[in-house]
Amino acid sequence: MNLTTILSEAFRALRQNRLRTGLTMLGMIIGVAAVVLMLSIGQGARTKINETIAAMGSNLFLVVPGATSSGGFSFGSGSVRTLTINDAYAIADLTSIAATSPVTTGTVQLNYASKNWSTIITGTTPDYFVVGNWKMESGTTFTESDLRSAARVAVLGSVTAKNLFGEEDPIGKTIRITNRPFQVVGVLMAKGQSLTGRDQDDNVYIPITTSERQITGNQFPGSIRYMLVQGKSADDMDIAEIEITQLLRQRHRIQQGKDNDFTVRNLTAIADVATDAAKIMSIVLGAIASVSLMVGGIGIMNIMLVSVTERTREIGIRMALGANQRAILTQFLLEAIMICVLGGSIGLLLGITGAWIVSQVADMLIVITFGMIGLAFLFSSAVGVFFGFYPARKASSLKPVDALRYE
Amino acid sequence: MVLTQNNNADTTVIRIENLCKSYSLQGTDGKSIVNQVLFDINMTVYQGEFVAIMGHSGSGKSTLMNILGCLDIPTSGSYWLSGKNISTLTENELARIRNQSIGFVFQGFNLLKRMTALDNVAVPLLYAGINRSQSRKQALALLCRTGLEKFAMHQPNQLSGGQQQRVAISRALVNHPPLILADEPTGNLDTQTSKEIMLLFEQLNREQGITIVLVTHEDDIASYARRLIRLKDGCVIYDDKNTITGDH
Ligand SMILES: Nc1ncnc2c1ncn2[C@@H]1O[C@H](COP(=O)(O)OP(=O)(O)O)[C@@H](O)[C@H]1O
Ligand SMILES: [Mg+2]
Repeated sequence: MNLTTILSEAFRALRQNRLRTGLTMLGMIIGVAAVVLMLSIGQGARTKINETIAAMGSNLFLVVPGATSSGGFSFGSGSVRTLTINDAYAIADLTSIAATSPVTTGTVQLNYASKNWSTIITGTTPDYFVVGNWKMESGTTFTESDLRSAARVAVLGSVTAKNLFGEEDPIGKTIRITNRPFQVVGVLMAKGQSLTGRDQDDNVYIPITTSERQITGNQFPGSIRYMLVQGKSADDMDIAEIEITQLLRQRHRIQQGKDNDFTVRNLTAIADVATDAAKIMSIVLGAIASVSLMVGGIGIMNIMLVSVTERTREIGIRMALGANQRAILTQFLLEAIMICVLGGSIGLLLGITGAWIVSQVADMLIVITFGMIGLAFLFSSAVGVFFGFYPARKASSLKPVDALRYE
Repeated sequence: MVLTQNNNADTTVIRIENLCKSYSLQGTDGKSIVNQVLFDINMTVYQGEFVAIMGHSGSGKSTLMNILGCLDIPTSGSYWLSGKNISTLTENELARIRNQSIGFVFQGFNLLKRMTALDNVAVPLLYAGINRSQSRKQALALLCRTGLEKFAMHQPNQLSGGQQQRVAISRALVNHPPLILADEPTGNLDTQTSKEIMLLFEQLNREQGITIVLVTHEDDIASYARRLIRLKDGCVIYDDKNTITGDH
């Protein structure tokens, strides 16, 4: 019997037993689909968080005014005004620090032509864009000389630019911020949500000097809402934190034994927590996926064992008619392979479709890698082929008379 | 015709010498018990013979037939089929002999389920390496000869017992084997159908010189054969080599 005949015999056997074939394939389909779905969600979450963290900038400290409250951040409470621009510049001179950027914030109304848009205004220094790892969509950031001269220049977040200008190019255009004209010098590339789920792209940035004197006003001259501090190296973050704390205590004349009137937060540590959370999530999803794979595998195994055992008599008849062991084995192997390849492909399509639906409905990033596809496919196929082949081998090594007598 | 066949009877198809078969079984006390089923069987069947093997149930007829059909192996003794010593052959060579030299007809038909009569008949051709369309052509020719062309596309469960046994006989004949072994081929059939099946065997033996060895426990079935062998408790107790038409 040549291979094409065996192949068509195998194919015919599968067609003749649609239910059995379908059930076996179901195990394959569920196993592969579940694994692809679960792993792609887990991988997607990790990728998303890593992207967000990378976009955040590296080796960052957030320094906010006010003592550490038990609830964590007292970020933006507005009542405490203990940090100043000069504190930021002083910290920038520390050897362990690469750059700092002081920030004031407020809410403003923007106008361009007939459109108006209300958004958050951030007064800061040019270093802000370096520290925060911002990239330009077009134009440039404002400069140190803009800072010194308190120039009326603005950098727009991508969402703000879109809402104010639509398809129009904002660079060089004049917008009004609380009725004062500002020239747009740059538009930032979109970053998406922050780790805390805040939209980072709806924002307008101006020099902190301009902001203080002309927009937000300031009852406490020189005070800032918070500052971002970038350490020089990831290894020296602990030293940097101590240096910042010591310097600020000294500048604020805080006596021994008294509490700080500011809080230093290591954002890398927060990022690590988020990364760990994402890792745990992928592990949990991976565990669920392995369980599905196991369940699918057991399903395949059961049906294969039962169906091949049930066909022992058929094997006996075929041997009585002149089939040798190899012909029988090849047929069963081909049947198992066809089921696995077909079921695996359907499962793959289903898993990818499911992942796509999840990404649309839940607005999640889904990452599908060849590794996970290969894993699911290989495992299920190995189970299917082994449990299709092993009982067939056992049956075909029986004497024909024993296989024929099998009930 | 019959006489010429017998005159050329120096061509042996089957020769067995001192053949024994025993099964070892697990007894209730866990010890293994040896159950000897066939004792020192000797027989020779020449080409063109039509032999009936008779005996009570449990006398070892099927055991002997399975050995003759190379479906089972003897515990001791020798078996030559068309001059070949079966015990020296590999599993592959045995498969080839079952395919080419023997047509086996079972009491329970043993057709493959969910497969048409035509495809059932074609199976031995496929294992002989003939392609599917050619096999179907030859299978159809045989179904025509056994009067079943109308039922070629029927599956076994859509056929009567007699029709199923005819399909099985067609399948046994499809590779033109010199020897047909039939283990109680009429055991599941009514008297009238049994008669038709026996006439078919008789015709095959008479017109094509096919050697037939048939097991039965009914006298009127055995009467179609021209030689009778009786088994009792695994021993040959009667072998009548010259019967032309049996009326024992
Ligand atoms: N596979 C087997 N294992 C053990 N004993 C068997 C086996 N096959 C047949 N026998 C025994 O061999 C004896 C003869 O059986 P069998 O050849 O089928 O008889 P018959 O066909 O003449 O009715 C019986 O006693 C049966 O129990
Ligand atoms: Mg019997």
